[in-house]
Amino acid sequence: MPVMTYRQALRETLREELQRDPDVLLIGEEIGAFEGSYKITEGLLKEFGPRRVRDTPIAEEGFVGAAIGAAMLGLRPIVEIMTINFSLLALDQIVNHAAKIYGMFGGQTSVPLVIRTPGGGGQQLGATHSQNIELYYSFVPGLKVLAPSTPAEAAAMLRAAVRDDDPVLLLENLGLYNSRGQVPDTAEVAEIGRAAVVRPGRDLTLIGYSRMVSVALQVAERFAESGVEIEVVDLRSLRPLDRATLVESVRRTGCAVVAEDDWLTYGIGAEIAATIQEGAFDHLDAPVRRVAMAEVPLPYAKPLELAALPNVTDLATVVEQTLRATRRVGA
Amino acid sequence: MTEILMPRLSDTMEEGVIATWHKRPGDEVAVGDVLVDIETDKALMEHTSYEAGTLVRILAEEGATVSIGAPIGILRTGDDGDDASGEPTADAATAADAPEPAAVAPEPAPAPVTAPEPVPVGIRSSPLARRLAREHGLDIAAVSGTGPGGRVVRADIERAIKTAAAAARAAEPTVPSAPPAATPPTAPAPQDVRRPREVELGRLRKVAAARLVQSKQQAPHFYLRRSVDAESLLAFRADANCALRQAGVKVSVNDLVIKACATALRRHPEVNASYADDRLWWHDAVHIGFAAATDRGLLVPVIHDADRMSVSSVATASRALAEAARAGTVSADQLSGGTFTVSNLGMYGVDEFAAVVNPPQAAILAVGALRERAVVRDGALAVRNTVELCLSIDHRVCDGATGAAFLSTLAELLENPLMLAV
Repeated sequence: MPVMTYRQALRETLREELQRDPDVLLIGEEIGAFEGSYKITEGLLKEFGPRRVRDTPIAEEGFVGAAIGAAMLGLRPIVEIMTINFSLLALDQIVNHAAKIYGMFGGQTSVPLVIRTPGGGGQQLGATHSQNIELYYSFVPGLKVLAPSTPAEAAAMLRAAVRDDDPVLLLENLGLYNSRGQVPDTAEVAEIGRAAVVRPGRDLTLIGYSRMVSVALQVAERFAESGVEIEVVDLRSLRPLDRATLVESVRRTGCAVVAEDDWLTYGIGAEIAATIQEGAFDHLDAPVRRVAMAEVPLPYAKPLELAALPNVTDLATVVEQTLRATRRVGA
Repeated sequence: MTEILMPRLSDTMEEGVIATWHKRPGDEVAVGDVLVDIETDKALMEHTSYEAGTLVRILAEEGATVSIGAPIGILRTGDDGDDASGEPTADAATAADAPEPAAVAPEPAPAPVTAPEPVPVGIRSSPLARRLAREHGLDIAAVSGTGPGGRVVRADIERAIKTAAAAARAAEPTVPSAPPAATPPTAPAPQDVRRPREVELGRLRKVAAARLVQSKQQAPHFYLRRSVDAESLLAFRADANCALRQAGVKVSVNDLVIKACATALRRHPEVNASYADDRLWWHDAVHIGFAAATDRGLLVPVIHDADRMSVSSVATASRALAEAARAGTVSADQLSGGTFTVSNLGMYGVDEFAAVVNPPQAAILAVGALRERAVVRDGALAVRNTVELCLSIDHRVCDGATGAAFLSTLAELLENPLMLAV
């Protein structure tokens, strides 16, 4: 099983999908001649030519709309939006067209569109270029929203997204592009709508997605030294949400902490907490806690930016408070 | 010095469990003060002091099972006069026995936005702790919480279960010394994690188990079965519920069966009887118990003087009692004195079953599902609503013919339910 970066896993999978299906094409800003702002599409223009790898003007609403039209007519476009922040310019196309065409027109045509777009702070890109606004899309019926946390997941989810007949947003993460991991060479296709228990444990359920999964695993490792077994659940799919796996885990552990890289208020963690109290109320030994970003536009200054983003220490503190509340530690 | 003894709080009580002490050693006690909560086979009850004085010593800690009449604490009354010579070791022992207060270091509470006077609002407990307490028949009020703000959490319940089990073992050396079934017959190899799990037996289930064995071993049962046409009964119930809608009363088939049993028992006093101490006792009053499944086990709340009550009063009483039984607030009085029992499993779709006589009563009626069945009427097949009854009788009290005559009256009443209202 080869070891590669998240970036390489995405690039190799794009190449394989372009080879596998002649209807697949890439659309986006600077993905061709410049080979992508984050070099995900490196070498692909040379290999597949300008009909399959199309550079666009800086006009998100226009090229997302063009991709929706191409998808309705039978192609399988993969759009790259340079960062999720710019997807706001295409919000109407995504929310009012891609998500609704199948339902509004009686199922006459589906929209097999993939939008790849990275989010995440920590790169000193300023408040407007550092957001995680996946919540806006996870809220909308008609869309599917995937958030891979490892190179293997990135490859498997991209394959699933291309093969799916509905519009899928694949949320990448700037902080993960250089992360490394084993990627099976068996062309795994992820199951959309399934969370995964990535580390089993009996004392507390720690839930995250994308970058926060690796933070959660570090926290679990830290507590394992003192004999506390933390179960880490990777949401993987923000919509549809795998409520059953979450509830089943908390029914075993009796308590949960949710880690998210976005703002707390009305966030993904709120939905998870509600899901848990509905499904596992009689199994809860402590309130469900949430850890998220500071509720500010993300600062540019490095120390301030780091202070605003949730890290291992923040998460470990809340995990410890929850364990104390249930007398699992400090009893 | 006066010994505080385990009181007899119900007619079938043989032992009680100390649930919560409301007084600690050293506390002043006035006549009528609640000393301790005691869980009996039927309910959780307060035990008040008959005398004034000072509680010197607790002899039975919370969770301990104690026989009736055994001492559970020592009270120093005003006229002792021998304070110094009384029991010099008692106070020292108490001090040592008392829980170390420093051990309960409260979690630093998050700084409150405003600081109102702390008002105790019931017992704080996590949902998980409440569920575990329910499943183990524990009174969560008797468990001290060690979570934030005194919240009872899973760890506290698990500790209480262990303590109660240890106390129960210590208090019961008289368990029949049958070969200890260390590994039940179905137990697979010890390394198999699917070994049978011991489930703590609640008080209620323990008592029920003993009484059921007593009934089956001592009361020779026989069973009379009869199918009853329920068409008129359903029509009567519909009319009654129509008429009672304003009053907000809803009559169930079971209410009508209870009322019919009460009326039939009035006509057949030989069934409204008990066999005890080699004698037969006929009861003047007709008190009908009905079986109610609850989280803690089977309870039989009693509708007293059901023969003198209207159908709507029976319905109101049965609903209130069933709710109290499920909520655990039913009193010992409401569970005592029954002279006959009705058990209905019709709502579970059971067609017909035979119940175990509830001693010292003479009989119990098992009621099956009311549903449409194919029956022969006037020489032809017909579809009728019917209900299957099975009367279990203690043969020491009644003979077959006596029981059959009662069942015949009962069937007649159920098939002509107007008789229940006039």
